[in-house]
Order: sequence, then structure tokens, then C-alpha cells
Amino acid sequence: MINALRTETFEINMGPQHPSTHGVFRMVLTLDGETVVDVVPKMGYLHRGIEKLAEENTYVQGVTFTDRMDYLSPMTGNFPFVLAVEKLAGIEVPLRAQYLRIIAAELQRIASHLASIGFLGNDLGTWYSPLMYTLREREIILDLFEMLCGARMTPTYMRPGGVSQDLPEGFKDRCLLFFEKNMPRIMGEVPALLTDNEIVQMRLKNVGVLPAEKAIACSVSGPSLRGSGVKFDIRKAVPYNAYDQFEFDIPTGTKGDNFDRFVVRYEEIKQSMRIVRQALANLPAGPIMAPGITRNLRAPAGSEAFARTEASRGELSVYMASDGGVAPYRCKLRSPSFINLTALREMLLGSRVADVVVTLGTLDIVLGEVDR
Amino acid sequence: MEQAIQVVRDALRFLNDVGAIIYLWVQQTLLGFVRGFLPDYWAGSLVWLIMQVIGIVCVIALLGIFAILFIYFERRGVARVQDRWGPNRAGPWGLIQGIADTVKLITKEDVIPVRADQWVFRLAPIVAMVPAVMVFAVIPFGYAKIGAGTDALNMPFILADLNIGILYGVAVGSLTTVAILMAGWGSNNKYSLLGGLRSGAMMISYEIPLALALVSVGLLAGSLSTVDIVKAQPFIKPFGIDLFGGYILLQPLGFILFMMAAVVELNRSPGDFAAAEAELVAGYHTEYSGMRFAAIYVAEYFNAFFVCCMATTLFLGGWRGPEILPSYAWVLVKAVLLFWCLVWLLGTLPRPRIDQMLGFAWKVMIPLALLNLFGTALGVSLWQAWVVK
Amino acid sequence: MSVDSLAEAINQAVRGAVVAKSTGNMPSVTIGAGRLVAVCNHLKSQMGFNYLSSITGVDYYDRFEVIYHLHAVPGSEQVCVKVVVNHDDPVVPSVFNVWQGADLQEREVYDLMGIRFSGHPNLTRILMWDEFEGHPLRKDFGMGNQAAWEQMPHMPQLET
Repeated sequence: MINALRTETFEINMGPQHPSTHGVFRMVLTLDGETVVDVVPKMGYLHRGIEKLAEENTYVQGVTFTDRMDYLSPMTGNFPFVLAVEKLAGIEVPLRAQYLRIIAAELQRIASHLASIGFLGNDLGTWYSPLMYTLREREIILDLFEMLCGARMTPTYMRPGGVSQDLPEGFKDRCLLFFEKNMPRIMGEVPALLTDNEIVQMRLKNVGVLPAEKAIACSVSGPSLRGSGVKFDIRKAVPYNAYDQFEFDIPTGTKGDNFDRFVVRYEEIKQSMRIVRQALANLPAGPIMAPGITRNLRAPAGSEAFARTEASRGELSVYMASDGGVAPYRCKLRSPSFINLTALREMLLGSRVADVVVTLGTLDIVLGEVDR
Repeated sequence: MEQAIQVVRDALRFLNDVGAIIYLWVQQTLLGFVRGFLPDYWAGSLVWLIMQVIGIVCVIALLGIFAILFIYFERRGVARVQDRWGPNRAGPWGLIQGIADTVKLITKEDVIPVRADQWVFRLAPIVAMVPAVMVFAVIPFGYAKIGAGTDALNMPFILADLNIGILYGVAVGSLTTVAILMAGWGSNNKYSLLGGLRSGAMMISYEIPLALALVSVGLLAGSLSTVDIVKAQPFIKPFGIDLFGGYILLQPLGFILFMMAAVVELNRSPGDFAAAEAELVAGYHTEYSGMRFAAIYVAEYFNAFFVCCMATTLFLGGWRGPEILPSYAWVLVKAVLLFWCLVWLLGTLPRPRIDQMLGFAWKVMIPLALLNLFGTALGVSLWQAWVVK
Repeated sequence: MSVDSLAEAINQAVRGAVVAKSTGNMPSVTIGAGRLVAVCNHLKSQMGFNYLSSITGVDYYDRFEVIYHLHAVPGSEQVCVKVVVNHDDPVVPSVFNVWQGADLQEREVYDLMGIRFSGHPNLTRILMWDEFEGHPLRKDFGMGNQAAWEQMPHMPQLET
């Protein structure tokens, strides 16, 4: 009798303006009641033509674009760009600069994951409470960045050849104090209030499942890939910039549901703290910038470079080709958020409207990165 | 010392009864005046009507003040849960914030979508507001005993002591479902429709445990009238003073079921599926602006106040309490305490998915409510058989 | 894996596929466009390169290059495969059926560079709006100082 009832699906636009699409992202959902039958993601609302702009600005100017790409994690955005320039031009970065870069990148990873966990609480409907708690610690990290290079959101800290400023007095103590005094609080609060909360588990477990083979086939990277059980981290697989001198683990999930991705991010915060502690303890002395870097840095004509890094959201890689000029001939930014969206449809088919928002939240996209 | 205590007690007693004394004085004066030109029956009825209108105006004024205060209280409370301050700029401690928001909402442009169903869209806020105010007819806000001895006048501060009090409360309270469905449909917006329909389904499902919890209380008290229920509640009485008690002692499960169902009925987090911001932007009230939105928004707080007062009346002993506070203060203190629990829930818990909540209602809460009812009925009949006999 | 061994392995599997090799910062193997899908299938199934890291399109004035970066996950092997097509009507066979991750990336290359991928199930614009004309990342794309914006459909009631 129920099957004889004629029903229709309807299309709803989870439009570019929406409190929970983490930016100007549009999904055309075809719904059968509450169940999602089809998802068509439409992006490009924040397309600023960064790749084209990079062709018209010098190598050093180009670093500023990467700040604005993934605006929640700018330090890790700078990283592959400067690595690509250095590969292209054959620049050797001093070891101290490499360690400082790692400190900045890992602190940024902690900040980005804190924001991601907080905003996931928002998507779950807690009306900003976990967000207020995680942003509290993130503010301190942003203060550390301000101490380091003068800016919270657009640091442009990493430059081709090294970093822009040296570690200021008191940074190390302030950072270690932060790890001792402030981080244990939020690391205890997140399990107590979110991970062990029965409602959160009910909402996140077995929702948005992405099996490991599908994740690899869809070129998913980062915590989303590791949440599916694939133990792949570019910092370990293709080590760059002295990461092979550090000891850290790669947390992975098992089932590839939202809960696993969420827990992987939480665990990665702990690993990042480990790395920063090691870096601060073993920081070598020396210059912070390679000698002979000018504003008009040029690379040999016809050279190419592909620099891969593990950013907060996945594999952020930069392909650069040079024609001998002061600007790159081609600069391609392979952003993790854009490519992780390939798997969105797989994860969402058959789930409910409420799960769409939560799955998008655990996939952790940043529209600046998606659209560039 | 004895005299000092007696003076204080008399002062408190006076505070409690002053409203009743003024009421009676006005009533008698009017009666004397009206009897001059109307026969007795009509005089009595006219004076009754006038006194009821005065009472309604007083209750609506009280509601208005309390809604504004509750909105302020919630914003402050949720902010403190979230480790921040909340509004503290407008006026001392931010108390004028409610008035500032009201002024802002009144002066906003009234935007009505061109393709919205005009009558349904415009009537929805009214349909939300009217039942929210009507239900307060059966809440006893206090109690006064004028005089002493056998001809003492027992005056509960209630607009209408119906002998079907809680039935009236639940029936009229469930009319807000209609308002939400109207708002969802009339907005010509798929999100609003989705929110309205979800809310309709939720509210219908959660009416049942709500009503069953109330029926259990009615069984215990032997009456559906709110005044009788308050009077019949068991209290711990050292030295003859009501200290602590209420049906929460006999019906803890009923209280929990009532509060949980009420959270969903009120469309408050964690049961706010109608307006789940994360998914539906603002659900059924997306298209409303200005005073229409204010009406829906404030009606939600009227409902919250009603539910808190109802739970106070039925489970926490209503106006009863030690004499250090007047009876009406006790009602408000207990209602605010319950509202604080609701605010606490809002700030802390995430929202389950709607199908999980519906499943919970039908598979867990209704069986528990039925068990509660059955146990209560069993207990009452055994009590009557063994003890009263 | 060195470029020479990679080129030899590919040539053994798909005869005559390798057109050129290049060493340096980014060692790569250039494949003829017609053999691309066969080579990719071999790379994925026989040599374990199951992860498509990135597809890049580059506009050299006389030719287009499409660069595929592959990785064997989990592991450390990474290779780079290039395809060169002519500038006037660039068509490259799509590798969507080999790696589903090529879906959005090929659409982006099509949108911004104008290289068509034959066999892609949904080759539409992704970053620019659907009615946009031109391919912005091409070297000959110039809009000067004009801004372009997407015309939004309006409701007829608002027109009157």
C-alpha cells in the first residue's frame, strides 16, 4: 500500500549562503523526503584566479596568495609554494629555517584542527558552545603567530629561501607554557563534551562512510583519507623539509565514518604538539634565510618542480614551471579541499539532510582552497 | 526576639496577601457601584467580567515582563556556559537589551515574500501568540488566605480555576503546532516547509508522553484542576511549614518525561528541529522579519514560561514553600530554576537527528510514560484499598 | 623509481607509448595521447599507482601539456606522466574510469584551459559559471580591466 503511494523527489539548494556550508559552497540536493537521492556540488563562488595572478607576480609576491587560499591554515598553505620555488631555483634552505617552518606549520595544524572540531560542534547543533571552547586555545596560537611574524591570518611567514623572521625572545617559553597549561584543558574537554557524548556518537557514527578503496580512488587526502583507515601521510611517505628528523605517529581510523575523521583530527593535535616540542628542543642555530635571495628571484628557463606537503586538510601540492622570468610561467595549486569533494557524493547518497551538513563538516573544506 | 519574628512574619504575610486584598477591595467597590443600576445577577456577572479583564491585563503584563527577562536570562546563561559574557552593555548588566531588541524589531521593515500565501503567512504569528497567552489562564501564580477560621477566603491567584485545568493547558498548548505548520507553508520556501513539517511531526509525537505524564499526576491528585493538584502534593513539613516536596518525589520519571517532551514541544535545543540553524538556516521563521518575527520569537518564550510554570505547579509544589517568600515569589523562583535547566540544556547538548528523536519518542518515551501511568494507577488503587480503607 | 625503468616498464606493457623522458627536478615520462588510458590502467593495476595526486594543464604557446602525478598509496613511490597535445583543438582521453579522482580535476582543466577530455561523464565548467565564454588560464586570455559577472535570473514580478 505504501509503495503504491506516488511520491516525488524535490530539489533543494543548500545554497551559497548558508550558515553551515563552511563558506560559499552550493549543493543541489535532490531529496526524497529526508533522504538524499542525489548531490551535485557547485563551486566557484570564491574563485579569485590565484593561479593566473601568480603568473603575473614574482615568486616572493606569490607567497601572499597562498595565505589567502586556505585562510584557516595559512602557514601550511605557504609551505608547498616556497618549497616549489626552492626546488625550481635550486635554493638550499638553512636547517634553522627548516625547523622554524616546521614549528609554524605544526602550530597551524593544531589551530586548524581546533577550528574544525569547534565548527563540527556547530554543525551538530550545539549553538556555538564547543566552538567557543576550541577557539579559546586557537586564539593563543594566533597570538603566538603574531609574536612570531606579526600577523594572525595572513602571516606570509615562509619565504623562498627561508622564513621572514627569527624566533623572538620568549617564544619558546610561551609556546611550551601554552602546551603545559592551556592545551590539556581543551584536550580534556573535547572527549568529555564531544567524543564521549552519546548524542554526538549517534550523529557521527556510521554516517558518511567512505571505504578505503573508494577514498584512494577518489584522491581523497589528509585526515579524511586517514579516517578511512589508509595510513598515508606525506610527511612520512615523501618527507620534505627535515620532517624525517622528527618522531611522530599517524593516527588512523577504521571505518571511514564521520566519527573516525573527527577523532583522527583530535589525535593529530597531539602528534603536532609532539613535533613542536621536538623542534623547539633541537632548534639549531644558524641563518634563517638562504644567502643571495633577492626580490627578482629567477629560476632557470624550462625547469619544473612539484612540491607536495601535508597541509591541515590533506595533500597541498604546488606544480611550478619557469621560463626564466621573475614570475612563474605556470603555478598550479593542488588543494586538498577541492579534490576531497570528489568523494562527497559517495558519502552522502542515502543519508539524511541533517547528515549532509555534518559530513561536509567532517570533510573539512575551506572554500578559499576549493575555488582558489 | 519573638516579637521581631512575628513582625517579620506579618510583613511577609501582608506582602503575600496585598494583591488579593486590593483585588477584593476593587471587587467590592465595583459591586457596590454596579448594584446601583443593575439587578443582582447581572451586577455580579458584570463585576466578574471586569475583574477577569483586569486579571488578564495583569497576567499579560507579567508575561511581557517575564518574556523579556527570560530572553535576557537565556542570552546571559548560554553565554556563561560558553565561557563568554553575553549582553552586558545596554543598561546596567545589559538589562535594557530586551527593550533595545524590541525597539529594533518594531522599527524593522516588514518583508513579505511576493509569492507567499498571504493570509496563512500573516496569520501564523498570531496563531503562535494567542494560544501561548491563553494557556496562562490555568496557572496559579500564588495563594492567599484572607481571614481566619471557617469563613476564611481561599484565593488562588489564577485566572480560571477550571476543573479540567491541565487538559486545557495541553490542548491549547498544542495549537502552536498549527502555527509552525502555517509559517512553514506560508513562506513559499522549501527550507521553511521542511522545517515546518519536521516540527509538526516532532510535536505530534512528543504530545503523547507529555500528556501521559500529566495524566499520571492527575491520577495521583484525583483532579485535573491545577489548584487541587498543588494542594494535594505531598510536602515535607517540619513544624507545619512546607519545606520541600511536590509530586517530583512520587513521580520522578514523570517529571523527566515531562521536561524532555517539553524541550521538544518548545522547539528548543536539543529539540529545535523546526529551526535547526545548521541545516535549515532558520527553518519555519526564515522569511519573517520585524514584528512578525518578534511575535513568533516571543511566543516561544511565552511557551517556555508556561511549561516551566506548569512543571512547577504539577511537580514542584506550585506556590507552596516556606513563608520566607510570598507565594507568588515561590512560583517564579521555581519557574526560573526550571528555565535555567532548559538554558543549560541548550548550551550544552548537540541535536540528535530527527529520525533518531522520533524513534526515541515512540520507542522509549511512550512505553516509559505508559509504564509510569500504569504504575501510578496501581499505586493509587493499592493506596486507596489498603490505607484509606 | 627512476625515469628509465619507468619508461621501460611502460614500453613493455604498452608498446611505443613513451614519447619522451625528462629528468631534473621533476622526472617525468611523456606518453602519446592515444595510449594514455592503456598506460594508466597498467600503472594502476600492475604497478600499484592507485592514487592520482594531481592533474595539471599547462599552456605553452604551441602546445598544451597535461601532467599527471601519481602515487602508490600507502608507500613512497611517485611518478609523473605527461601528455602533449596540439594547441588548436586539444583533446585528451579521460582517465575517469581509471581513477575516479580525475572527475573534478579534469573539469577544472577543461574549464580553465579549454582542454577537452573525451569520455568524461560530465565535462562541464566547475569554477567559472556555466555561461562563461573563454578559458581564463590560457596565455591569450585577456580581459583587460573589465570585470565579468554572472547574470542572475530574476523573477518576472520584479521586472514589472
